[in-house]
Amino acid sequence: MVPELGHFSLILAFCLCVILGTLPLIGASTGNRLWIGLARPLTAGVFVFLTISLLILGYSFVTDDFSVRFVAQHSNSLLPLQYKITAVWGGHEGSFLFWTWMLGGWMLAVSIFSKAMPDDFVARVLGVMGIIGAGYTLFMIATSNPFDRVLPLSPMDGADLNSALQDFGFIIHPPSLYMGYVGFSVVFAFAIAALLSGRLDSAWARWSRPWANTAWAILTIGIALGSWWAYYELGWGGWWAWDPVENPPMINWLLGTALIHSLAVTEKRGVFKSWTVLLAIMAFASSLLGTFITRSGLLTSVHAFASDPTRGVYILGFLGFVVGGSLLLFALRAPLMKSEFGFAAISREVFLLINNILLVVASAAILLGTLYPMVYQAMSGGELISVGPPFFNLIFVPLMAILVVFLAMGSISRWKKTSAQYLIQQLGIVAAASIGLGVILPLVLTTEFSIGATIATSLGLWIVLGIVQDIRVKIANKESTLAGLKSLAVSYIGMQIAHLGFATILLGASLTSIYSIEKSVLLQAGEQMDLGDYHFEFNGTVPVTGPNYIADRATFRVFEDGEFMREMYPEKRLYTQSGSPSTEMAIDAGFWRDLFITLGEPRESGAWSMTIYVKPFVRWVWLGAILMAMGAVVAVLDKRYRRLKVRTLTKANAQSGAKQGDEYQPVST
Amino acid sequence: MKPHRRKKLTIILFIATGLSVAIGLSLYALSNTIDLFFTPSQIAAGEATNGQRIRIGGMVKEGSVVRAEDSLNVEFIATDYTHDLVVRYDGILPDLFREGQGVVVEGAVDNGMFIASRVLAKHDENYMSVEVKAAMDAAEAARAMPAGASNGS
Repeated sequence: MVPELGHFSLILAFCLCVILGTLPLIGASTGNRLWIGLARPLTAGVFVFLTISLLILGYSFVTDDFSVRFVAQHSNSLLPLQYKITAVWGGHEGSFLFWTWMLGGWMLAVSIFSKAMPDDFVARVLGVMGIIGAGYTLFMIATSNPFDRVLPLSPMDGADLNSALQDFGFIIHPPSLYMGYVGFSVVFAFAIAALLSGRLDSAWARWSRPWANTAWAILTIGIALGSWWAYYELGWGGWWAWDPVENPPMINWLLGTALIHSLAVTEKRGVFKSWTVLLAIMAFASSLLGTFITRSGLLTSVHAFASDPTRGVYILGFLGFVVGGSLLLFALRAPLMKSEFGFAAISREVFLLINNILLVVASAAILLGTLYPMVYQAMSGGELISVGPPFFNLIFVPLMAILVVFLAMGSISRWKKTSAQYLIQQLGIVAAASIGLGVILPLVLTTEFSIGATIATSLGLWIVLGIVQDIRVKIANKESTLAGLKSLAVSYIGMQIAHLGFATILLGASLTSIYSIEKSVLLQAGEQMDLGDYHFEFNGTVPVTGPNYIADRATFRVFEDGEFMREMYPEKRLYTQSGSPSTEMAIDAGFWRDLFITLGEPRESGAWSMTIYVKPFVRWVWLGAILMAMGAVVAVLDKRYRRLKVRTLTKANAQSGAKQGDEYQPVST
Repeated sequence: MKPHRRKKLTIILFIATGLSVAIGLSLYALSNTIDLFFTPSQIAAGEATNGQRIRIGGMVKEGSVVRAEDSLNVEFIATDYTHDLVVRYDGILPDLFREGQGVVVEGAVDNGMFIASRVLAKHDENYMSVEVKAAMDAAEAARAMPAGASNGS
C-alpha cells in the first residue's frame, strides 16, 4: 500500500508540473496576474509531492520491502542502514527519481530567492522548469517506475547493492553531481524566460549569474568527488579515465565554465547576449545528453545502467523536443538581441571570447570522442571501436594549455580596450619569471629534465604570478597592503581564488601524470620491496569479518628514507550475498604525495600479487577543484548582487507597471 | 560595410576558422587513436595486424586461467565458443574477472597470442558488455546452430 502512495504522489507531481508548465507561462504572456501568481504555489506543490515520493522509496528500502522490484534489485536485509538509504540512487529508477527531486529542489529555491525579480519573469522561469519536470516525471511513470511491484511472488531477500557502490563516496558523489547537473536547468530556464519575454538585458544576466555560479560550483565538487572516489575505490591508481560516462559531466562543466565567463561579459558590458543564451541552451542540452548516454544502455562503462531501449528513445525524443524548441525560439527572438560591438581587438571581451571558443571546442572534441564509437558502429554495420585516453589527452591538454596562456592576459586586461603595451609591461616580468622558474624548479627538485614538467610548471606559475601581479597593481596606490586587499571587490577575490584553483589542478594533474611511479609484484609474507624513497615490508594477511563481507587484511610496514613511517592495511573483500569480490585500497594521503597499495589475489604458494604506487601531487587535483568551487561561491556572495537587486526591484516594478498596458495588446512577434 | 558589421564578420570568421581547424585536427587525432575491436574468430582468421593496438572480447574459458607461481604472469583463454585465443597478461586482474564470464582485453596480437596491456572485466554481474555480446552473437551466427542457450547472460 505504501509504495502505491509513492507512485500516486509521483503522478500528482506530474499533473502539477503540467499545470505549472502551461498556466503561468500563458499568464505571463497575456498578463493574467492570477495565473502568474500560480507559479510559486504550484512549485511548492511539485516539490512536496516529489519529496513524499522520494521519502516513500527510502522508507521501502529501510523497511526491506522486497515486493518493490527496485528495492529487491538494489538492497538486502543485511545491508548497513546508510547504504539502504542511499541505495535509493543505486539504480536507474531510483536515481532518476532523486534527480527529478533535485530539480524540484532547485525550482523551490528559485521561487524563494527570487523576490527581487518581477513576478512575470519568475513565472516564466518556473514554468519552463515545470515543463522539464513534466518530462522527467512522465519518463518515470511511463518507462521506469521505481515503485513497480513483484507480486504475488515477492523475493524473500534482495540481491544486494552492487559491492563497488558500498562506500562513502557513493553517499556523496551522486547527490552533488546531480545537484550541479540539474542546477544548469535553472540557468537554461532563465535564458528561455528571457527569450520568451524579449527582455534580454544585463539585468537578466545579473539574475542568472548567482545561479550559474552556484550550479557550476556544485558540479565542480561533484565531478571532483567522483574522481576522488574512483581513485580510492576502483584501485587502478588513476583519477580520471575519460570513460564515456565521465565525459558528459566534463562536457557540461566546460560549457558551464564558458557560460559563467560569458555571463560576466553580458552583465558588465551588455555584449555576447545571444551567445550567452546559446551557451545556456547547450549546457542544459549536454546534461540531457549525459542522461541519455548513461541511461540508454548504449555504452559499457562503470556507470551505465542496464536498461531497455524505450528509455533511450524517450530521452532522445525529450532532448529533441527541448533543444529543438529552444533553438526555434532562439531563432525567432535572436533579431531582438542587438549587441553593440564596442570593444577593441585587445580587450577583456576578446580574451573572454577566446576563453569561450577554446572551452566550446574542447567540449565539442570530447563529445565527438564520446559519440564516435556509436556513430562508427551504426555506419559500419556493427563494427566496434573504442576511443580512449590517447585521443582525449591529445586534444584536451593542448587546448587547456592555450587557455591558460590567455587566462592571465584576460584577467589583467581591461574592458573595452587595453593597449598591447600595457599588457607587455604588466606581464613581461610574469612571463620571464614563470618560464625561468618552470625550467629551474623541476630540474633542481628531481635532477632530471622533463619538457612536460617544465611546460606545466611554467603555465601554473604564469597563472599564479599573474594573479599576484594583478593584485599588486590594483592595490598599488592604497596606503597599506591590508587596506588595499580589503578594498578589492568580493567577486574579484572569488574570481582569483577560482583561477588559483585552476592553476592548482593544472599543476596537480600534469605533475602527477609525469612523476607517478608504480610497481606490481608478487610478495610472500615477510618479503619487502623499494619504490622511490619508500620501502615496503609485507607482513602477511589475516582474515577479518565485516557486516556483509569477509576479507583478507594485509599489513604493510612503510619506511621513508630508511625510517619507519606508518603501517598500511589494504583489504580484499568478498561480499557474501552477491559473491562479488572487492579491493579496498590502503592510501597514505599527503599534500606532496600519496602512497597507495592495492591487493591482487593470493597464489597457491601463499604469495599475494599487489601493486604499489607513489603518486606525487595527486591531492592537488581535488584541492584545486575545492578552490574553484570556493571561488565561485565567494563571487556569489558579492554585495553587488544584493544591492543591485534592490535597485532593479524598484526599477522592474516601475517597468512592469508601465508595461502592464502594453501586455494586454495582442502579442505580435 | 559599416565598421561594426565588419567587426562582427571578423569575429564570426575567426570563430568559424577556429572551429573548423579544431574539428579537422580532432578527426585526424581520432583516426590515429581509435582501438578496433576483434573477436577471437576474427583473430583466428588473421584479420588483425601483428603489433597493432586493438581490443578483443569474449568469455574466459572455464579452467583456462593459469597463474605463474613466481611472477605476476597470467594466461587465460578468451573464447567465443568457436575459436579460442590465448591471452597473456603481466599484471593484476580486476576484481570482477572470473572464469566463465565476459572479458574485454586491450593489447596486441603477437604470433597468434594476445599480449594484454589492460584487462577490463564487466562491472555488473547481470549485465554483459556490448563488446562481449557482439562477439558472442557473431560467433553464434557463424555457427548457425542453436547452442547459444548456455552462454546467455
